[in-house]
Amino acid sequence: MTQIQELTIQLGQVNYEGHTFNCLPIQGEQEVLQVIVSELDAMPIFVTITDTQILCITYLCKQSEIQPQRLADLNKTMLELNVAMPLSSFAIVEDYYVVFGAMATSSSFNDTCKELITLASNAYDALEALEEYLI
Amino acid sequence: MSVLNKIWTALRGGVREMGDAIVDSNGIRIFEQEIIDAKNSIQQAKTNLTEVMARKMQAERKVSKLVEDIRTHEGYASKALDQSDEALALEVAGKIATFEGEKREQDAIVARLTGQVEQLKAHIKKAEKLIADHERELSIVRTTESVQKATEQVVENVAANNSTLNTARESLERIKARQELKQDQLEAGELLDKEFAGNDLDSKLEEAGIKGETASAADILARIKAGKQ
Repeated sequence: MTQIQELTIQLGQVNYEGHTFNCLPIQGEQEVLQVIVSELDAMPIFVTITDTQILCITYLCKQSEIQPQRLADLNKTMLELNVAMPLSSFAIVEDYYVVFGAMATSSSFNDTCKELITLASNAYDALEALEEYLI
Repeated sequence: MSVLNKIWTALRGGVREMGDAIVDSNGIRIFEQEIIDAKNSIQQAKTNLTEVMARKMQAERKVSKLVEDIRTHEGYASKALDQSDEALALEVAGKIATFEGEKREQDAIVARLTGQVEQLKAHIKKAEKLIADHERELSIVRTTESVQKATEQVVENVAANNSTLNTARESLERIKARQELKQDQLEAGELLDKEFAGNDLDSKLEEAGIKGETASAADILARIKAGKQ
């Protein structure tokens, strides 16, 4: 059983700090798991496990959704906010602005739950902060 | 060029398939080959190290044996001198000289082998560091590749389900709708609480006979009598 499959089963059964996790594996060459955290369900998280890391990613928006003349300002703001944001960071993947958390593959299941909930909350906050930059 | 630099250059060049870009530039294969080479060289160095250390221990044993022999023979020479046997003492001294010559040889061997041990250890350390560096760099490339693939799959998957990844506006609207619903629920809850609290007051008043529609039979009779008069 792969680590993602194990995680899927564990997440399906747990209630962590009042949250439950709704998991949906996404088909394809790369193993990806969509996780929806209860109460924070507007921002699904996509989990990928590489040989060294557990990567949890939420897609905030496409770059084309941002007012073009304010892109540089937004990028700078995100860099400035990065350190303060607990357990997560901003990034760009392909055309998407994302918030992500990276953990060692040896992290405990509890750490993973904590990461997922924190990430979803951060994504909510980030989205609200992003609103003024949207087209 | 470091892997990060290569990825950055590829990004600026608008390369979509990052993993491919770096694999095609042969960088990844060179890394993998270097890791294999370094691992082999560590294996070889470790085999050599055991051999050299064994030889060093052997030489050290010889040295301590010689030191002991020299000491014993010095004792013999001293005893021969005590017996005023100068010729015997001289013969013993000759033997001691041979031992000392041998000891010098063995000391030199020990020193040379000690140097080799240190060299081999440094070599192993260097190779291990190279492996760790390359593996970290490889993991950067592989992670980049995985994240791109994952993103493509996520996008394809939502497209297959006749939807797209939510735009920020849609997500915000969903969040706000949720928050409003929650707020409404809270308010409804408060309203209900008030209503229940109100009913509670009524029943208390009724109990106390201060308020209430239920008149007693005696009251009704009294009212009817009053009407007759």
